[in-house]
Amino acid sequence: MEQGLRRRLWSAVFIVGFFVLWEALCWAFHISDIVLPKPSQIIVTLVTRMPALWPHTVQTLYTTLVGFALGILAGVALGVIIGSSRLAYDVAYPLLIGFASIPKVAVVPIFVLWFGSGAVPAILTAMIMSLFPIVVNVATGLATTEPELEDVMKALRATKLDILWNVGLPRTMPYFFASLKVAVTLAFVGTVISETVASNRGIGNVMMIASSNFDVPLVFAGLIILAIMGVALYAVFSLIEARITGWAHRKDEFAMG
Amino acid sequence: MNAEDHPRTGQTFVELENVTLTYGRGERQIVALGETNLRIDEGDFVALVGPSGCGKSTILKLVTGLITASTGYVYVAGREVGAAPVRVGMAFQNPTMLPWLTVRDNVMMPLKIVPPFRQEYQSKKKTEFRDRAEALLKEVGLGGFGDKHPWQLSGGMLQRASLCRALIHEPQLLMLDEPFGALDQFTREELWAVMQALWLKLKPTVILVTHDLKEAGYLATRICVMRSRPGQIIDDAPVPFARPRTIDMSYTPEFVSMTQRLRELIVAARPVKETV
Repeated sequence: MEQGLRRRLWSAVFIVGFFVLWEALCWAFHISDIVLPKPSQIIVTLVTRMPALWPHTVQTLYTTLVGFALGILAGVALGVIIGSSRLAYDVAYPLLIGFASIPKVAVVPIFVLWFGSGAVPAILTAMIMSLFPIVVNVATGLATTEPELEDVMKALRATKLDILWNVGLPRTMPYFFASLKVAVTLAFVGTVISETVASNRGIGNVMMIASSNFDVPLVFAGLIILAIMGVALYAVFSLIEARITGWAHRKDEFAMG
Repeated sequence: MNAEDHPRTGQTFVELENVTLTYGRGERQIVALGETNLRIDEGDFVALVGPSGCGKSTILKLVTGLITASTGYVYVAGREVGAAPVRVGMAFQNPTMLPWLTVRDNVMMPLKIVPPFRQEYQSKKKTEFRDRAEALLKEVGLGGFGDKHPWQLSGGMLQRASLCRALIHEPQLLMLDEPFGALDQFTREELWAVMQALWLKLKPTVILVTHDLKEAGYLATRICVMRSRPGQIIDDAPVPFARPRTIDMSYTPEFVSMTQRLRELIVAARPVKETV
């Protein structure tokens, strides 16, 4: 326990130290606010502009979570199909990789064309951004089930659904939750991209307008809000992961003592 | 000697009739199993021994219906394999426990899948089935370990649990594919005794694949020797020793001469001769 506390203390010291160093360098080299605002100034901006920023924050969070939820649904469904059928794997994998390598900024105008600007393209962009890691991880988890284990189940005359439910899906859980942590941060990226291009609400939009007004402290305030939300959701999914798939992490627990 | 040479009493439970198995096509074709005939009586304990790659595990998979014969027929309980509603248990060298379940839940897994237990699983999993799993665990020396998770157990303990999982649904047919292969000598000998006791009690028909001739002699009522390329049964002999057998018995001259004979057969059947 002593060691864990010390580890946390050190990590906190270094994180705070990073911002202190940033502040110090800005002072030392007389860096203009328009280039790189000081952390202290960003905090002041964050606090004074919060009433105006808050609805946008809520909007971005809401859009991201809805897109992310849709991404989970679609990702798990696709992952299960790809992971349990050879043919689906051969067909969908190249398509998926092709799709994943398209820059999502390029897709937003298409969504805007179809659904108009606003929340819908942002939700869809968040969804497709978070889709890929979920699909890949779920499919990998399913496809790497030990053949001997499948033989045991097949010898018992288990149906495909039995095997999926009792072996495949539980086995995939660690992969799935690991992917969620990555996917939720990607969902934020998706939302902000779309808000930047085609929306009049959300943090992405605020940052866009602020940068065209050379209100750089506000841009950075937006970044900080995004970072805080990203870290918070990452932490939430890490906690859920540790709870549900503790069996896969027992070595870490032992190592931590 | 051939399988047909032994007059047998009892009901034939497993029968391989002119079975062959080939992989691939054309010039790349590999004959995994040459024409094989084998009959196993109900309640018999047959060991398959032979060099690596001789198709021992292939026979197990054919009998469980995991693979289909290229030619010939496989019958189980008088019907073609797959058609007969036979309960099968399986254990491998790797215990393949599910790490997210407790040992008890792992052992109970077949009850969740196999009819008629399947239909009663939800209502009996906390009462009758649980007690049954605990009783079986106790029998193999794992009493009190039901709530542990697999990673908290040693290799030998996992293999005991794996045997429980193979037997919990009272299978008529038990398939053992080198189940003790990865264990140390003493654990292995302990588990032979456990296995023998379980077999004498439940009397399933067992096919055991093993590299260990002493293990085959200790456990089996009949030993089939196979050769490779193509896989074929070249010898089939009963093991005449009385039950229950003991480790001491494996040092008697009769036992030693039996394993020596088997060893010579296998060495002679090896595709690549090595100087020992």
